[in-house]
Amino acid sequence: MKNAKTYSPEHMRYLKGVKRKKILVWTARAGLLAALIGLWELFARLEVIDPFVTSSPSRVIATLGELYATGNLFYHIGVTLMETVTGFAAAVIVGYAVAVALWMSEGARKIFEPYIVVLNALPKIALGPLIIIWMGTGYTAIIFMTVIIALIVCIMNTLTGFLQVDATMLTLMRALGANKRQTLTKLVIPASLPQLMNTLKVAVGLAWIGSVMGEYIVSRAGLGYLIVYGGQVFRLDLVMTATMILCALAGAMYALVALAERLLVK
Amino acid sequence: MIKFCSVDYTYHTLSGETTAIKGLDLSIVRGQFLSVIGPSGCGKTTILSLAAGLIAPTGGRIERTDARCGYMLQRDALFPWRTVEGNICLPLEINGGAGPDAKARALALAEKYGLKDFLKKKPAELSGGMRQRVALIRTLAAGAELLLLDEPFSALDYQTRLEVCDDVQSIIKSEKKTALLVTHDISEAIALSDKVAVLSARPARVVAEHDVDFGDGTPKSRRSSPSFAPLFEKLRAELGL
Ligand SMILES: Nc1ncnc2c1ncn2[C@@H]1O[C@H](COP(=O)(O)OP(=O)(O)OP(=O)(O)O)[C@@H](O)[C@H]1O
Ligand SMILES: [Mg+2]
Repeated sequence: MKNAKTYSPEHMRYLKGVKRKKILVWTARAGLLAALIGLWELFARLEVIDPFVTSSPSRVIATLGELYATGNLFYHIGVTLMETVTGFAAAVIVGYAVAVALWMSEGARKIFEPYIVVLNALPKIALGPLIIIWMGTGYTAIIFMTVIIALIVCIMNTLTGFLQVDATMLTLMRALGANKRQTLTKLVIPASLPQLMNTLKVAVGLAWIGSVMGEYIVSRAGLGYLIVYGGQVFRLDLVMTATMILCALAGAMYALVALAERLLVK
Repeated sequence: MIKFCSVDYTYHTLSGETTAIKGLDLSIVRGQFLSVIGPSGCGKTTILSLAAGLIAPTGGRIERTDARCGYMLQRDALFPWRTVEGNICLPLEINGGAGPDAKARALALAEKYGLKDFLKKKPAELSGGMRQRVALIRTLAAGAELLLLDEPFSALDYQTRLEVCDDVQSIIKSEKKTALLVTHDISEAIALSDKVAVLSARPARVVAEHDVDFGDGTPKSRRSSPSFAPLFEKLRAELGL
């Protein structure tokens, strides 16, 4: 598989075809994005749509420049990014630890099950006022919001992965006389690695929801704050700009997780 | 080496109780290859779980010398994220016997039985037959004296099955191990074993035992022997097929 010289001409043609398709897909993706942006700009210029309400790419860029000039751009990005990444990491780590504990003890699993189900179904934003009272209006509150939004799903997904481990392999470990810790480290954790990667992907999305929603409720800074503030003072350019930045950041963070998956799961 | 004395085993679940084994008498001596045949679902896997000590009998008792058991399961259960070498060394890591000695012995064993070039490969790159061989070497590497084989060939296609069957038998014989094989395949049992025990339908007990001593001990000679067909017919009748 390593030596390209040994390939037959048909196989080379096949590889070429695959590569061409890939290029085509990427071109189409980029083209679509360019077309959307182009149409948006065009319609705004021709005033088919009202640029005051819908903004336009050139206005977004101008706003970006303005934010950058006042030194606010990276400040707001930094705040939101810090909240999201901290919340994400905390939710994943705590969620994993709780899942391990629940896996260890069937009794605990049974006892906590209804609580987890209810907490999962609860719309976490309902806790907003409580969180403000408990934690104030700084970013602790926002990080906390992020954690509770992502945590339960992390616990449930991870635990599902643990419990899906092949029964034959579990029997094998038992027959070899493995204890719970050995079964966990040598079988359950490596076997559920793909599931962990799925959990991370879901958690990325939830962490962004958590941090932006948190900023909606108690905002002093951050991209969510810019969006809320922009809405209140009717500066839709600001709203659009912050939204675009969020798109880019969320996409980048997802891509990082996907990259980690490619490196870890083969 | 291991002796079942009128052993009973009953599974309890919420939907009821299932008596899988009732009054089972069975014994196996050192160096013997014993096959147990029985209809599907009669309690064969249960017998091996009892022999391996994974479950305790609900009636009767099991006497055993303190020889290590190695369990080869219905599927090979190789860990796909470990290399062949990693899989073979798994039992050593678990029993704390991961010293260089034990590891060297395991690898020597792998080398002896033709796995040398595969040690760094992942199980997914191996054929079904090769995987079963790795599973067998893993069991042997654990230092098992008594091998418990639960239809280890049932997942293989017919041709591979014949090959692996011969393969496994010759490895077990040349390592002088004791083996307890359960299967529902009559010809496999005749070809491999020194003794065949026939089980009744559930709840399982032994209805007949036969010593098999024709041929020169290889599965091939057994299959081509004129004594093969009559014994096959006899076992078939005893199974009620
Ligand atoms: N964990 C369990 N709980 C309840 N009943 C069980 C359990 N395991 C097996 N049984 C029942 O006990 C009986 C014997 O099962 P066993 O697995 O020993 O049969 P088997 O001969 O190995 O079957 P197969 O040919 O399918 O491998 C079956 O009827 C099965 O339904
Ligand atoms: Mg079985």
